Amino acid sequence: MMTTVLASVMPVAAINWHSVLFLLFAAVACACAVAVVLAENVVRMAFYLVLSLAATAGLFFLAGAEFVGAMQLMIYVGGTLVLLVFGVMLTAQAPFVAIKTSSSDRVLAGMVGAALLAVLLQAAFRVEPWRRPATAAVAAPAATPIGMALLGVRADEPAAGVPAAAVRSGYLLPFEIVSIHLLVVLVGAAYLARAKRRRTPRAIDVAASSVGPVVTARQAARSSASALVSGGGR
Amino acid sequence: MADFLINTVGLPEWLAWTITAFVAAALILNVIAGGALVFIWAERKIAARIQDRLGPTRTGGRFGWLQSLADGIKLLAKEDLMPEGADGMLFRLAPYISFCASFCAFIALPFAFDFVGQRLNVGVFFVVAVLGLEVFGVILAGYASASKWSLFGAMREAAQVVSYEVPLGMCVVVPVMLAGSMDLVTIAEKQAGWITNWYLFHDPFTFVIFWVYVTCAVASVNRAPFDLAEAESELVAGFHTEYSGLRWSFFFMAEYGSMFLVSALAALLFLGGWNGPIPVATLAGLSEGTGDTANYFVRLIGCGNLLLKATLGVLLMMWVRWTLPRLRIDQVMTTCLKYCTPIAAAMFAGAMLWQLAFPGGVVRGLSRPAGEIREGWLEGPGGLSPGRREPVPQVGAAGGMESQEVVQVVP
Repeated sequence: MMTTVLASVMPVAAINWHSVLFLLFAAVACACAVAVVLAENVVRMAFYLVLSLAATAGLFFLAGAEFVGAMQLMIYVGGTLVLLVFGVMLTAQAPFVAIKTSSSDRVLAGMVGAALLAVLLQAAFRVEPWRRPATAAVAAPAATPIGMALLGVRADEPAAGVPAAAVRSGYLLPFEIVSIHLLVVLVGAAYLARAKRRRTPRAIDVAASSVGPVVTARQAARSSASALVSGGGR
Repeated sequence: MADFLINTVGLPEWLAWTITAFVAAALILNVIAGGALVFIWAERKIAARIQDRLGPTRTGGRFGWLQSLADGIKLLAKEDLMPEGADGMLFRLAPYISFCASFCAFIALPFAFDFVGQRLNVGVFFVVAVLGLEVFGVILAGYASASKWSLFGAMREAAQVVSYEVPLGMCVVVPVMLAGSMDLVTIAEKQAGWITNWYLFHDPFTFVIFWVYVTCAVASVNRAPFDLAEAESELVAGFHTEYSGLRWSFFFMAEYGSMFLVSALAALLFLGGWNGPIPVATLAGLSEGTGDTANYFVRLIGCGNLLLKATLGVLLMMWVRWTLPRLRIDQVMTTCLKYCTPIAAAMFAGAMLWQLAFPGGVVRGLSRPAGEIREGWLEGPGGLSPGRREPVPQVGAAGGMESQEVVQVVP
């Protein structure tokens, strides 16, 4: 009874928070993505990029994909952090360095963007009618199956026609390949960024050797002076 | 609570969810803001005692209880300044970004068994990821202030935080590995029982790695001796040189919020979460399941436990701050790359091997907590058959004590 009373009192129709939040996050993501293109300051661009990526992470959380959302925050947003640092370092000397895109670049970017948009739109409209799943796909979504799959144990069902053994191997090999690749990149970066090997002797040797000639010159001067003196005495 | 509003009070669903969300947000906000008030007062008193002074004594009675409140009012009344060359939008936004990052991390932080804003199954990961975002506010503040002191502070902060995320992540992984879950509730629940069940005392490696975690946590929230971003003796006030009034206080609330957060995380990961050193509730025959008033009371005490542990962590940070001198930037980097990271990596490997050799910690058989099992969904009936597609049971999450008869497999 209480419910009916309240329902009659409430003029507002029931709000579907899921849709509202989805629209909110999507709008923020899109608006910030446009702002990245339109902004002229590197740091502001990076800032808008962060907002856009964070809103995308919000979409993931909304969809219940918490692991992917946290990954998005950690990797993409954290990666943009480095971009931001570089932006700050590059523009710190003269704030508000305006970066103008040349018109030819605009045309090219527009073409690429339009092509991508066309592909995405086509893909989006070919999906079967958007609808809410009757039941939640997984009762308690957990990151454990993902981790186990990376270690080579997959708990999910193999697709029809695929031998079970092929699926059981999991993602261990791709995971290892990617890890090794990243390690190589890391070593390479450390190699490139290392302090250059000194061709010249160490600083202390340089100092010592620079002291040496002076001493000898002094001695030479002294000896020549004494020679002069002695010569003069002669 | 939403269920209560829907079923008992009879509110429509959307309104119930809204109210619930606002109540939860208000509670978290109060933890941060109220905590900041208390901690600022505590910091003044502790600093004074360490330096052989009295600290605030007059505001609000004998111990200067109301000093923080007086400070807050002063800050509200202060003029809000912005440097002429500043990037206005970013300058205004930066404090709120810092504060929001700190606030968001609290959403996934459980205060007791069921007292959690939003229980995430990747809670640890989420908290660490969001905590790393706080540095954004600092960098933007440093850049937008158009002041060299601010910029220096921000750049130092960026280098420091990016470096210290690596060992911090390694330290956090160890309890995750021991618990077999990234869910903070599950991790804390697995440490139920006597004090020996805390992951701090699980094996020697976890004991060492806890202290590495403490070091990295202090560094990641920019407290002395790692407060290079502020470094008031070198950089005036670092990244917040140009800030005043309310915006400045937002930076401070973010800092104290983060301190509390990493302390609470340490308590959850290593110090048994909301479980006391002696399982009083279990001995008295109560369980932490949902329902009863008595059980609610138990959870309330658990919440107190966690707050106490986190507060002790914050006090430890203050003690360290007023005891140790500030490190140089190269010393900070050395600490991170040459000490913390290798130690954390070695301890991680050690903990893994220990778990392989002696599953179940140092003191075995002494009141093992229920639900002491990893990957119950893999070892259960049916085993590793690839055809299984059942919903994954939340082992140990449904209330540690009740799940005893469900899974009791010694790993």
